[in-house]
Amino acid sequence: MSLINDFSKGLWKENAVFKLLLGMCPVLAVTTSAENGLGMGLATTFVLVCSNIVVALMRKLIPSGVRIPAFVIIIATFVTVVQLCMEAWVYDLYQALGIFIPLIVVNCLILGRAEAFASKNPVVASIADGMGMGLGFTLGLLILGSVRELFGSGAILGFSLFGASYQPIILMILPPGAFITLGLLLALMSRMSHDKNNESSSEEHCCEL
Amino acid sequence: MENQLYLSSSPHIHSGETTDKVMRKVIYALLPACAVAIYFFGLPALMVLLLCTLGCVAAEGISCKLQGRNMTLGDGSAALTGILLGLNLPPSSPWWLALFGAAIAILIGKQVYGGLGYNPFNPALVARVVLLISFPVQMTSWTSPAPLGSDLDAVTSATPLGAMKTAVMLTGKLPELAHSGFSQYLIGNMAGSLGEVSAIALLLGGGYLLWKRIISWHIPVAFIGSVLIIGGIFWAVSPEKYPNPLFHLLTGGLLLGALFMATDMVTSPVTDKGMLIFGFGCGLLTVLIRLFGGYPEGVSFAILLMNAATPLIDRFCRPKIYGQVEAKV
Repeated sequence: MSLINDFSKGLWKENAVFKLLLGMCPVLAVTTSAENGLGMGLATTFVLVCSNIVVALMRKLIPSGVRIPAFVIIIATFVTVVQLCMEAWVYDLYQALGIFIPLIVVNCLILGRAEAFASKNPVVASIADGMGMGLGFTLGLLILGSVRELFGSGAILGFSLFGASYQPIILMILPPGAFITLGLLLALMSRMSHDKNNESSSEEHCCEL
Repeated sequence: MENQLYLSSSPHIHSGETTDKVMRKVIYALLPACAVAIYFFGLPALMVLLLCTLGCVAAEGISCKLQGRNMTLGDGSAALTGILLGLNLPPSSPWWLALFGAAIAILIGKQVYGGLGYNPFNPALVARVVLLISFPVQMTSWTSPAPLGSDLDAVTSATPLGAMKTAVMLTGKLPELAHSGFSQYLIGNMAGSLGEVSAIALLLGGGYLLWKRIISWHIPVAFIGSVLIIGGIFWAVSPEKYPNPLFHLLTGGLLLGALFMATDMVTSPVTDKGMLIFGFGCGLLTVLIRLFGGYPEGVSFAILLMNAATPLIDRFCRPKIYGQVEAKV
């Protein structure tokens, strides 16, 4: 039961993008299209799961005084693996993401999970946690990338939706568009959870009465 | 009840000035500029102004309703934003450009921050810059004036500042139009946004606002003065490369910006000293962007950047409270 919980909490309840606001640098910088967001999210998920496995395996060997450098080296190893693989097989995406692939090393989501979860939990639970957090991050990037691509170039995943007469809002695929879109999405979500909380709390009141 | 004694804390004297009275006076002050714009650019100009104003008012109404806030439609601030936005657009703007700009101005520029009084940036300028970056083609398709009643069709043409930038980039020299034709610029017979064409109409409105004490002289004088002085220094050093300061003053959005946008009460500093710093910063940035930047016109970027600096300026210029300074022993 707790494994399922370890996995699912990252998807929505503690979603890295929309709830924890971790790893904002790739979130804002590479989500110019749904494809870039998806690619970045999956690369990060791979690194997160692998580093969680290794950190969980070595958690009793690493002295706590040097744990952060040790985590960073483990993460950097897997980032190098991802970078070389992407350069070999998905060269276009590699070009599009550019400097932000090596920068996965400093994504605070990955270091945060190593420190907060993998260094205190066994391997299987750490895999579940890494998968959940990584896929939640991917979901966030995909949503943000889709919205920005939709308005900024009138397409999703490269498929044109609005026809040729649509004037793309170029601002949306520039950096300000990332901030505006993320802000509006956060506002929408907090509004939705606010309404939900209000409903549930009013129901509770009914029961008490 | 009639003889009840009301007790309240000070202040007891109210100037009688309210938000809607202030807004109404600013709108009156903009009417000459609107009239000149409609005279020179004809019906399209009227359409742009109407669409922006109606769009802003509708966006304000909808967002107040959605957020469950008190209706602030009556204070006229949305209508004013709409008119200012309209004056910032080219006369050939398509209808969707005006409406999209109006929605951006009110929703992103104002209401997300909490409505009138809470917005850090001038809403009309936020919308103008968003439109300029998003739709560079539509936002820079200028037409030369075709006065009402003349048989001329609208002819595409560059703004004086745009023509200057292109010529300086291509040849390294100023074009002919930077040296002459100042009287035409003064009455507004040139290509440009609706509100930046007529210097006289803008000065008339600005004078009315000064007379009614809606704005103080500090920001406009510091803004325009620093543009004239800094532009003048460049001109004195190299008159064939940099334009006459009068050209800076009469073309582009300097007067509209200095008199109506930079003086926005919400987004500018409150102290006299702060306003002077604010105006000087706007002027410096405007000249730098015009002479060395990628865009031909820098007034809107300059004002927005100084809007961002306003809280800092206010903090720096905080007046000393009477009796709070320790005596030096």
